[in-house]
Amino acid sequence: MWLFAAGLTVLSAGALLSLLLSKAPRLASWTGSAGAVGGCLLAIAAAIGVLWSGESAGATLAWEVPLGSLAVEIDPLAAVFIIPIALVVLIAAVYGAPYMQGSYHASTVGPSWFFFNLLAATMLLVVAARSGLLFLVAWEGMSLASFFLVLTDHRQESVRRAGWIYLVAMHLGTACLLVLFLLLGRSSGSLEFDQFAVEPGLAGVLFVLALIGFGTKAGFMPLHVWLPEAHPAAPSHVSAVMSGVMIKTGIYGLLRTVTFLPELPSWCGWTLLAVGVLSGIGGVLFALAQHDVKSLLAYHSVENIGIIGIGAGVGLLGISYDIPAMAFLGFAGALLHVLNHALFKSLLFLGAGAVQHGTGTRDIDRLGGLLKTMPITGGTFFVGACAISGLPPLNGFVSEWMIYLGVLLSVAEPARDANVAWAPLCVLVIGSLALIGGLASACFTKAFGCMFLGEPRSEQARHSHEAGRPMRAAMVTLAAACFVVALSGPVFLFLLRPAVLTIVPPGAREAAAAVVPQSLGPLVGVCVIFWATLAAVGLLSWGRRKMSSAGKVDGVPTWDCGYAAPTPRMQYTASSYASPLVILFRLLLRPRITLHPPVGLFPKQAGFESETPDLFAQYVFGPTFAGVAWIASKLRRFQHGRIQLYVLYIALTILVLLIWKLG
Amino acid sequence: MALWLDVILVLLILTSLWLLGSSRLRACIQAVAFQGIMLGLIPLLCAWPDITVRLAAVAVLSMVVKAIVLPGMLRRAAREANVRYEVQPLIGFTTSLLLGIVLWGLAMHVSRQLPVTMLHVTPLLIPVAIFTIFCGFLLIVSRNTAVMQVIGYLALENGIYVFGWAFAIEDPLLVEMGVLLDVFVAVFVMGIMIYRLSREFDTIETDELDSLKE
Repeated sequence: MWLFAAGLTVLSAGALLSLLLSKAPRLASWTGSAGAVGGCLLAIAAAIGVLWSGESAGATLAWEVPLGSLAVEIDPLAAVFIIPIALVVLIAAVYGAPYMQGSYHASTVGPSWFFFNLLAATMLLVVAARSGLLFLVAWEGMSLASFFLVLTDHRQESVRRAGWIYLVAMHLGTACLLVLFLLLGRSSGSLEFDQFAVEPGLAGVLFVLALIGFGTKAGFMPLHVWLPEAHPAAPSHVSAVMSGVMIKTGIYGLLRTVTFLPELPSWCGWTLLAVGVLSGIGGVLFALAQHDVKSLLAYHSVENIGIIGIGAGVGLLGISYDIPAMAFLGFAGALLHVLNHALFKSLLFLGAGAVQHGTGTRDIDRLGGLLKTMPITGGTFFVGACAISGLPPLNGFVSEWMIYLGVLLSVAEPARDANVAWAPLCVLVIGSLALIGGLASACFTKAFGCMFLGEPRSEQARHSHEAGRPMRAAMVTLAAACFVVALSGPVFLFLLRPAVLTIVPPGAREAAAAVVPQSLGPLVGVCVIFWATLAAVGLLSWGRRKMSSAGKVDGVPTWDCGYAAPTPRMQYTASSYASPLVILFRLLLRPRITLHPPVGLFPKQAGFESETPDLFAQYVFGPTFAGVAWIASKLRRFQHGRIQLYVLYIALTILVLLIWKLG
Repeated sequence: MALWLDVILVLLILTSLWLLGSSRLRACIQAVAFQGIMLGLIPLLCAWPDITVRLAAVAVLSMVVKAIVLPGMLRRAAREANVRYEVQPLIGFTTSLLLGIVLWGLAMHVSRQLPVTMLHVTPLLIPVAIFTIFCGFLLIVSRNTAVMQVIGYLALENGIYVFGWAFAIEDPLLVEMGVLLDVFVAVFVMGIMIYRLSREFDTIETDELDSLKE
């Protein structure tokens, strides 16, 4: 435990020092970055210690706050979240030091590192807190620190707008959490986690509150509207941390809440599954229609949170219907996907940041041919793109395979429970996971193809340059981690077992633990295929190099079918590539297309523009908030600036109260 | 001593009505100072004949603050800010007086319903306290200049002070400290406000403040 406390101390020290040194940006950057790296290493060590020994480590300090104690504990579930959080923060800190100096105003560097370290410390505290009050304090600290990080480039109007949307969304979510914790602590009169008790019949309500409160942070559809706004606005290493791990604290909160609710009705599992499917498919569809690489990645976060939701939903259904394979593999898949998404999503955001750093634009349609100038960024982005699409032999496949396996093993069982609606379950889980994977592949062939292949579409792309050494090192590390997870898939079954058993209710633990040997076979099989594939690819490329070293390799232009004057603008654009799919799903996506077709025999001008605003932001949240603003504007009549009338309000209130109570 | 206490309470009612009906700022300041003297006498008369040194000190101190220091500050503020010496009411003086009588009835009614058992001295104490509070509110709401609002605020505080005496004869110091602190903060804030107002707007009419709203 003292390792973890030391980690938090180092992070706080790094935060304060970088704030104090903000007059000297270079120094502030160093101290902030070093604080984050040191603190995260300590936290990782603490979490590994817990996973290794299998025993939770905790400490409780007296705290002069009503209803709260400073109770902190790292159990296996917390440890499983601490490792990706600390790992991604560490790598983002290494990447962020040169990135911030290159792209942002010197005056923002010191405060930015202050909030970065604060964000890291509060995320770790959220996961480790064992008292409702401490949890909420850390949760709010996390929201506020990330809010200020989103506002790093606050001179831009669009960034300020994104910051507001984010802040409002976070506070609406926290309101639900406040109610949730008060309801949980009502019967015992204490907000300590181990004294939480559920009043009969309230479990469903509590679950819905948790789903809304934590789902807002996690970015479940339709509560995801802040993601595509906030992620593009924030600096790339911050987006990597926010999208890679901060939204996972929402998943953590949801899973932790499940441990407080012993008897969940089965509709809760179905709800989570449905929300997961909606987020997964909706997220990837909207991602397809984006032009900005960072909003594209933000929508993919929604998609991956959906996959995690599907996994957790399968797990919950497994608990409700008492099917151990679904319970264990659903949660294990969700938890592994938390780690995997942290790795590849932060990798992709760092890659997008490197592209923005090297070219000055995030618009996919203005890039192209970057693989030649930015080979490391391109290569690692390719690894991340394959991983996020769930393609073997990468880590995204392994976690999705676990979720598939949970359902497949259960439905193949001859003595399966007849009460369960198997057909909708299989369609929902297997069908939607497959659809999501396919659409994600389409989306990332578009993103990778248009950014890194072909010819540069603009001057900016032509004059791109590769990222600096620390930035490349960060991306290569993450790409390597993706492979490591993929190639050691079965090991995670054992590593995640204690965490999954924390979520499963005590009565079902033995049966759930028995699933491990049963599911080991398919996972080892997949892993062996991965090794074999990689070995074959390695051998082939070695052979190819061996052969080609005899003759020289020349570069020539692509054959242009005899056309005399091809230009890079004749290439497929990102919009045209995605167009068939966008049109197929236009009912949901509602793209706005402005078309000026060429007219006449010798057309002078023609134009095409497409834009896909968020469905929920436009049709649900926009009108709602406009209504709230309208009501608020009516209330402005009472805000007239006359002291006399203000005092009159007070006096009348007192009079009315007196007469009401005493008259 | 109950008779003298009643006399003082009646004098408090009269000064409150005087505050409502007076058109001269100077007279209002004097009325508030007079109220301060009356208030200083109340604890002495309540506890008569066993007066401790502490009680006497508290009474004298409050008289000094309420009857000499605060009115002195108000006079100085009025002089420095070049206030016109007429009170500018939003509600006319006659109407204010009539409203005052209505408020007196309301205060009597409300205080009769209050579940107070400690009224061993005089039944008039609570209604007077509530009436003075109401009058303070009425002054703040219906007068234009900041000085008059400070006076209203002082009247309000006087009412709370009387109310406190009705309840906490056993432990007066607590009430006393709280009330003095309150008054001091209020005058402090209001003094700053008057000063700022006259510097920014060349007037201390709080109506001008609404030009600050968005």
